[in-house]
Amino acid sequence: MASRDDIKFLSNPKIGSKRNKYCRFRKFGIKHIDYKDTAFLEQFVNEQGKILPRRITGNSLKYQRRVATAIKRARHLALLPYVTDLLK
Amino acid sequence: MRNYEVTFIVDPTLSNDEIKSTAKKYTDMIAEAGKIVFNNEIGLRQLAYPINNRNTGIYSCVEFEVEKGAFIDELELAMRRDERLLRFLAVKLDKYGVQYNEDKRAGKIGTIVRKKKVVEEDKSRDNRRRGNNRKKKPSQNRSNEAAKS
Repeated sequence: MASRDDIKFLSNPKIGSKRNKYCRFRKFGIKHIDYKDTAFLEQFVNEQGKILPRRITGNSLKYQRRVATAIKRARHLALLPYVTDLLK
Repeated sequence: MRNYEVTFIVDPTLSNDEIKSTAKKYTDMIAEAGKIVFNNEIGLRQLAYPINNRNTGIYSCVEFEVEKGAFIDELELAMRRDERLLRFLAVKLDKYGVQYNEDKRAGKIGTIVRKKKVVEEDKSRDNRRRGNNRKKKPSQNRSNEAAKS
């Protein structure tokens, strides 16, 4: 006989549930965003080099603005591209 | 006193002496007007996109303190007139920026740790996907049931 542990859900119960987004700058206390740190900035950029929106990154408005300026500064210094394909 | 940071890219096609002299010209200029906190010569780096048909550039970054803000205008004007520079950027640092640079020099901030984190996240995602597939596969369920019965 099947015990309680063997009961399988028809669909994955985790699929519908919302994962809580958070601002990593608020959470980990990051106060300054360096425009020279490209490995860090690439987390906020999609494959074409576009800045990801807040609704995806979960940044608070204050830090989203700072991320955006840091990325723009990095682009000016040719540390990050303005347009590309397959950045990651 | 205010803290600033200037990053500039020197043309890599110049001779070694010329590259050094251009970088020195600006560090001397800054040292005269204020105090250099740290001179970070990053060196040759691939550009993300070509500038003036160059694909590489020699980066250097100088952090400094100056009394007069008007010095930044002078510095930027000199840099704008200089053809040996591909790009430059002068930025004012707030207290967090100064703290960040200090910590970075002390080795408290590591970029490698962040990279590792990213990799781990990706892996966990992959595992989850694999887990889903396993649940969907009927063959494994059957084998489990067979083992139990």
